[in-house]
Parts: sequence; structure tokens; C-alpha cells
Amino acid sequence: MDESAAESDPLKILIADDSDSDRLILKTMLNRLGHQVLDAADGQEAVALFRSGAPDIVLLDARMPAMDGMEAAREIKRLAGERLVPLVFITSLSDAEDLARCLEAGGDGFLSKPYNRVMIKAKVNAFNRMRLMHQALSDQRDLMHERNRQLLEEQHVARRVFDNVAHTGCLNAPNIRYHGSPLSVFSGDVLFASPRPAGGMLIFTGDFTGHGLPAAIGAMPIAETFYGMASKGFDGSDILQEINQKLVRILPKDMFCCGAMVEADFAQNQLRVWNGGLPDGWLVRSSAANYRLPSRHLPLGILNADQFNAEMEAIRTRPGDRLLLMTDGVLECSNEKGQFFGEQGVRRAVEDLGSARHPFDTLMAGIRRFTGRKKFGDDLTLCCLEMVDEAGLVTLAEGAAPSTLAGPTEWKCVYEIQGSTLGEFSPLPLMLHICMEVPGLRRKSGEIYTLLSELYNNALEHGVLELPSDWKYTPEGFGRYYSERSTRLCEVSGHYIRFSFHHEPMQWGGRLKVVCEDSGQGFDFQNHPVLQATEMAQSGPRYSGRGLVLLKRLAESIRFHEQGNRVEIAYDWYF
Amino acid sequence: MPIQTRRSRDGQTQIIKIEGRFDFSTHQAFRDAYEHSGKDVCGYVVDLSEATYLDSSALGMLLLLRDHAGGDNARIVIENCNNDVRKILTISNFEQLFTIR
Repeated sequence: MDESAAESDPLKILIADDSDSDRLILKTMLNRLGHQVLDAADGQEAVALFRSGAPDIVLLDARMPAMDGMEAAREIKRLAGERLVPLVFITSLSDAEDLARCLEAGGDGFLSKPYNRVMIKAKVNAFNRMRLMHQALSDQRDLMHERNRQLLEEQHVARRVFDNVAHTGCLNAPNIRYHGSPLSVFSGDVLFASPRPAGGMLIFTGDFTGHGLPAAIGAMPIAETFYGMASKGFDGSDILQEINQKLVRILPKDMFCCGAMVEADFAQNQLRVWNGGLPDGWLVRSSAANYRLPSRHLPLGILNADQFNAEMEAIRTRPGDRLLLMTDGVLECSNEKGQFFGEQGVRRAVEDLGSARHPFDTLMAGIRRFTGRKKFGDDLTLCCLEMVDEAGLVTLAEGAAPSTLAGPTEWKCVYEIQGSTLGEFSPLPLMLHICMEVPGLRRKSGEIYTLLSELYNNALEHGVLELPSDWKYTPEGFGRYYSERSTRLCEVSGHYIRFSFHHEPMQWGGRLKVVCEDSGQGFDFQNHPVLQATEMAQSGPRYSGRGLVLLKRLAESIRFHEQGNRVEIAYDWYF
Repeated sequence: MPIQTRRSRDGQTQIIKIEGRFDFSTHQAFRDAYEHSGKDVCGYVVDLSEATYLDSSALGMLLLLRDHAGGDNARIVIENCNNDVRKILTISNFEQLFTIR
């Protein structure tokens, strides 16, 4: 709106004066200035005309019969509500107290009698300017309110989409406790958890630089990648590489995501952890000193794929051990004096643990005591994972809804990986994918994945890399096992692992035969305790032993050939 | 001025000194400090001796500087950090990208 034009627009002015002659004079003057005039002879009439005529400015005699100016002023201001209708008292009063009463009644100014044309014109213009300014401000405020409302509504819709992509996964599992708003679009923190097809869990927590929409937009592809890959059986390292690459591509140079990935294997009592830019994680152990998991990597979204290191640190655990992960919001909690909770705060809380107390509760209580507040900012995420017997855990829900497509029932497939590829690539997700094309097997993705990964890991670690499995059962051996594994993987050459699949329909459903061969030395399967035992009782906690027990339990049959480097299993599924 | 720039004696290094809080409020000034440094500059020194605090948006700005200075070929030294600042750089493992001394 062009304000100067508006300022010279004719106005509708209400005047009230009990003197007929004065009223006529004023009306004539205002008419000549181009304004439209509503005139009243007393307060009551003035209020009625205000109601019906909606004038822009009101000129009111302070003393009138029926309802005097003060009372009329109050009523008019009440009727005007939020709208600013300048109300000017026409008066011959000069006593300060009388004038003050006029202002208290809602008057915005005075015009003294007798009337002076120049003064009237100037006053009306001045009050009109005030009115227009008020109007412009109100309009802008209303517009802002409306825009804000629209924005919030859009964000709520966006939030619903976000929630569907970045759901909480299995964060409600009994062995996970967390604080934070993992789904808040407006915080820069994310927290995701997913069960793995063969048991175990993956947890990712991240902290984006920045807040609000940019952070949320970065979080979406992370969620999709994480949940998508986790359910297909990819491991933490694979997912980290994928997330990193995606973020490098989509984020501006100055944005990145500090994060930690945790791969929990409850059956083997093992954690694998990667920390890039988050504060120290802590493994709180019942039987040993607490173990610190510092950030050893750059945050995600900075390094190109060829420089990025997704290697995870393997840690042996016991049931009851608890892993604490947090974003820097925990360290940056401040008290009234402006001091930070800091690393010392976390360390103290973790060290002060009574045996009965849960580290999550202790740390939360520590933060509350320190800040003196019950609620903290949005971007504070704390997550605690407990190592438990997997038997007590809810496992992966039975895959995706069954497809209406028939899928293949009679097929064969051979997949062999060779040489250095053995050290760089896991064929498990791909092989699982092939098997999942059979609708009857899709419901059994967990079991199939377990079978394939047991076969593959056995072939790789014991067949190709010749790692003795008993190393893993001493604390020193455990570290040695994994460092040897990495070293030998880099040097692999001339080896292969070959999987042959054969699926055929049966009366009862179908049978999948899997043959796994490797180029290693094999093992003495004829004298292996598990294979000889008629009962499946284990003689000791030997991993290879446990692997075999799993295979025997899940598969219909299991047979070893050659010198133990060719394993054949049959797996039946039923309608 | 929270950010001061000067050139090394040989004229090849741009020295950017930050005072007080190194955070988003210094964004524009920090950009100006390296974007107009001229073509003959072949290295940068970020002097944090007077910086009291550094947040994640400052880390982002350092990444922008690194990109501007040639990415993997950038020659950037971050020097004289106090303990708090050093800690933040360490957690993020920025010593993999910058020379910190």
C-alpha cells in the first residue's frame, strides 16, 4: 500500500459536541478538508454512530449531556478493541487534572476551542499518521503470525514424513535406555537402532553441525541408509562408508555429522565401536575397569571415500556390561554459574557408580543436579546399551510384507569371491538378497542370514586366514585375533570362497541347498567334538564349536567333504 | 576487530588471528580474511592464541578455509590453541586435516 496516498485519503471522522453552532463550524471545516463527517450531539449518540459508522478518528467534546465525553471515550475505546481509532478531546478545559482524566479515559490528545482551521488540519493529519502506522504494524504482525502458523503446519507435516523415514527402530528394546529427542526435526541430533538379521543390534547416534531444517535434511538419508542396510545384513563399517559418502555428496563443505556406530553381538559377547567426533563413549563393566571409547576418526561427511576409515574397534564384553554414548550436548550442559558439565562431570558420574545403580540413571541424575533443571535443551542425546542374553530380546520383525509375486522356486547360482576382494567386500548382503527372492524364504531371513554368515565367517577366518578360534577366549588373544584378522585380510591372495545355491520346490514348501567351499586347509571334522556329539551340548565356549551348533540346529542336514573345506547344508521351509 | 589478518614476511603466508569466541558470529569476517588474501598466498596460519572458545560452526569455517586453500593440498597451520580449543579439535580429529601446533 502506498502510504502517502493513504495519508491523503479522505477520512471518516466522528464529531460529538452538544453545542449546535460549534458542531456546525467543525463539521464545515472538516468537510472542506475533504473528510466525511458523522456528527453527534451527545455521548450516547456518539457511541451509537461509532458502532454503525466505524469512523477513522473521533473528536469528542469532554462535557456533554446524556453521556459525557469521558464515559463515551471509554465505551468507544472498548468497542474499537485492537484497532487504533485516535480519540481527540475538544475542550476548553485547562486544569491539569481535568486534562489528565481525559487521557486516562482513553483520549489520545486534545484540541482546544475555539477551533482553528490550521490546527485542526495539522492534528487530524498527525493522528491519521499514527493510525496508519499502527495499522501497518498490526497488519505485519498478523502476517507474521499467519506465516509462522503456516510454517509450523508445514513442519508438522514434514515431521510426519521424517518420522516415517527416521523412525526409532528398536530403541524401545528392554536393553536400551535413552534420553533425547531422536525425532525432533529441530535438533541436530539423531539416534537410530536396528536389530540385525542374524541377531545382534546396530545403533547409530549422530550430531549435525547446525540445527533445524538443514540438520533434519541431512538426517533423512542417514536414517534411510542405516535402516535399509541394517535390515539387509550389512555391517557397521559398510553402513558408515555409505553414510559418509552420501553426506560428502549432499552437505555443504562446512557441515558435517559427528557420530558413533555400535555393532552389538550378544551371542559372541562382543561390541564393535566407531566414534568420529562424539565425546568419549564409556563401557561400564561389572567385572573390570571402565573402558573409554574416544573419538578416533573425523566426523562423517568430510573425507572422501578413499580416505575414510570405517574400521571399528572390537571389544570383548560380558552380559551386564553397559555402553554409554552421548552427544556433546551432555558436556555442554551448564549450571547457573555458566560452567560446563564437561568430561569431568561424565567421568565422575561413571566412576561413582554404586553397583546397583544403572549408569544411565546416575549420569542423568548427575546432569540434573549440576544444571538444577529437570529439562534440557533439545540437542542432548544420551544412549545406554546393555549387553544381554539375546534369548530375552525381541528379534527382528518378520521382514517386509510378503510380495504378491510368485518368485523363483527352481534355480541354481554360484558366487565366488577371490583374492584381494576377500579383504574388501562382504558377499553376505548380496547372497541374502538372492535367497530373499523366494517368498517362502523371506519369512526366514534371520535364519538364512545366520546360516550364510556362519558358513562365510568360518570359511574366511578359519579356512582362508587360518586364525585359531581359541585365541578369542583370552583377553590378550582377543585383541591379537582381531589385529591378526586385519593384517591377514590385507595380505590375502590366491584364495577363494565359493558359494553354490540350489533351490527346489518340495511338497511341503521348498529346500535350499548351500555348498560353501574355500581354498583353505580345512579342519579335522571327523574328530570335532560338536560333530561327534549326539547331544548338542557344548564341551567349551569354542566359537567354531558354537558356529557348528548353530548350523546343526538351523539346517536339516550338514555334511563336510574333502578335508573339511567344503560344507554342504540343506535348509527346508514349509508352507 | 575479533579477526586480524597480516602477511608473513616473505608474503606467502596469510596469518589469521582470532580473538575471543570463534563461532558463527565471526563467519563473515573469517571468510573475508581468506577470500581476499590474493593469489600469491600459498599457505595459511590460523592463530588461536587469543581465542577463548571454538564451536562446531568454527570447525565448519576451518573446513571452508581448507577447501578454499586447495582441499587435500591445502597448507594450513592452526597454532597456539588453549586447552579447551585444543580438546575440541582433538575430539573431531582435525589434526588429520590440519597441522596443529
